[in-house]
Amino acid sequence: MPLNKEQIAKRIAQELQDGFYVNLGIGIPTLVANYIPQGVNVVLQSENGLLGMGPFPFAGEEDADLINAGKQTITTLPDSAFFDSAMSFGMIRAGKVDLTVLGAMEVSENGDIANWKIPNKMVKGMGGAMDLVAAAKNIIVAMQHTNPKGESKLLPKCSLPLTGVNCVRKIVSDLGVFDVTADGFVCLEYAPGVTLDEIKAKTAGKLTIAADVKEMAV
Amino acid sequence: MNKVVANADDAVRDIPSGATLMLGGFGLCGIPENCIASLVKQGTKDLTCISNNAGVDGFGIGLLLENKQVKKMISSYVGENAEFERQLLSGELEVELVPQGTLATRCMATGYGMPAVFLQAGYGTEVAEGKEVREFNGKNYLMEMAFDSDYAIVKAWKGDKMGNLIFKDTARNFNPLMAMAGKITIAEVEELVEPGELDPNHIHTPGIYVHRIFQGTSYEKRIEQRTVRQRK
Repeated sequence: MPLNKEQIAKRIAQELQDGFYVNLGIGIPTLVANYIPQGVNVVLQSENGLLGMGPFPFAGEEDADLINAGKQTITTLPDSAFFDSAMSFGMIRAGKVDLTVLGAMEVSENGDIANWKIPNKMVKGMGGAMDLVAAAKNIIVAMQHTNPKGESKLLPKCSLPLTGVNCVRKIVSDLGVFDVTADGFVCLEYAPGVTLDEIKAKTAGKLTIAADVKEMAV
Repeated sequence: MNKVVANADDAVRDIPSGATLMLGGFGLCGIPENCIASLVKQGTKDLTCISNNAGVDGFGIGLLLENKQVKKMISSYVGENAEFERQLLSGELEVELVPQGTLATRCMATGYGMPAVFLQAGYGTEVAEGKEVREFNGKNYLMEMAFDSDYAIVKAWKGDKMGNLIFKDTARNFNPLMAMAGKITIAEVEELVEPGELDPNHIHTPGIYVHRIFQGTSYEKRIEQRTVRQRK
């Protein structure tokens, strides 16, 4: 069975290391915060100007002045700090943020990513995604392996306008975990019940299977 | 020196059609609600608005868009505003989409008196079209220009009559950057106090950047994504 969104988030959470400063994008990446492993302390950065993002507030305690980058009401923690948007992207650009997790419409075998625009159909805007992918040391993409038509989103070359070039290093999709290397996509893990043949059939870009490929633990 | 004006109508009255405005806020968080309402009432047209978002349908800058008062938007994100996306896709509205960090840093450059900055965001994408590329230490950077903005309109939590401002929580966002970047900066605040009532150690924006200030009224502070957890 392909993974559901929660399982994708749970698998990405296993990549978190103690002491990491982490930026989680909107959608599946946001769910990663629910699965931070025991004993691992990370500080969540929200690019609208907060380090140390806490959980959602209790009903009745929402504050319109306190939101995350997805415009959701949130809370602070004892170690939180607020700052303006220039400092927020300054710390991202200067490499202080250890890991960025974001969604994608397409990723190419050389690590290009597209996630902000479908010409003549949909323009969401890039928000902070271009800044994050250009600067982050370590980017994991959380995505569905195929689009609703069943077409691969892991491609030889992106067809949509790019968000960044040669920047994605790891993908966790509903079918597996992949490194993005100089030699294209490398399948490291497959989701329980998903076959390597299915992964091969649904990956349009160059794909190799790691010698020690294993079933994902989720 | 008198920076205090009576209300939002007085603060924005001299903004002419065709002006370029910076408007603080991220989503609906920390937006200058009072001044936007006055601009809608005043009907000022052909505005170029520099703002991370364009409000939502029916609130914030969304009101200016529906009223066809905006000629051009310079923003990073369209997502929450159907009317913005419609005007963009139909070509009625001129739109320059700018990466969020680039937008913030271009505001900062203006406020710090720097003509341009070199940023990696957008290299190799359509954002890079027509921009000078410079290589530093093996990495490619785009030359991004400071903004030239006639007015900046910001919203602060507290301010004193000399224009010193303090922002609250994530309502800070673009506000202090834009406050520094307007040729004329208008600040609306939730609480206007006498000089001396704010601790100088806690000022985010020194009053030198602020030309007009007033205490706003009837803040709605709409929440876009009310998200809560259950008590166990």
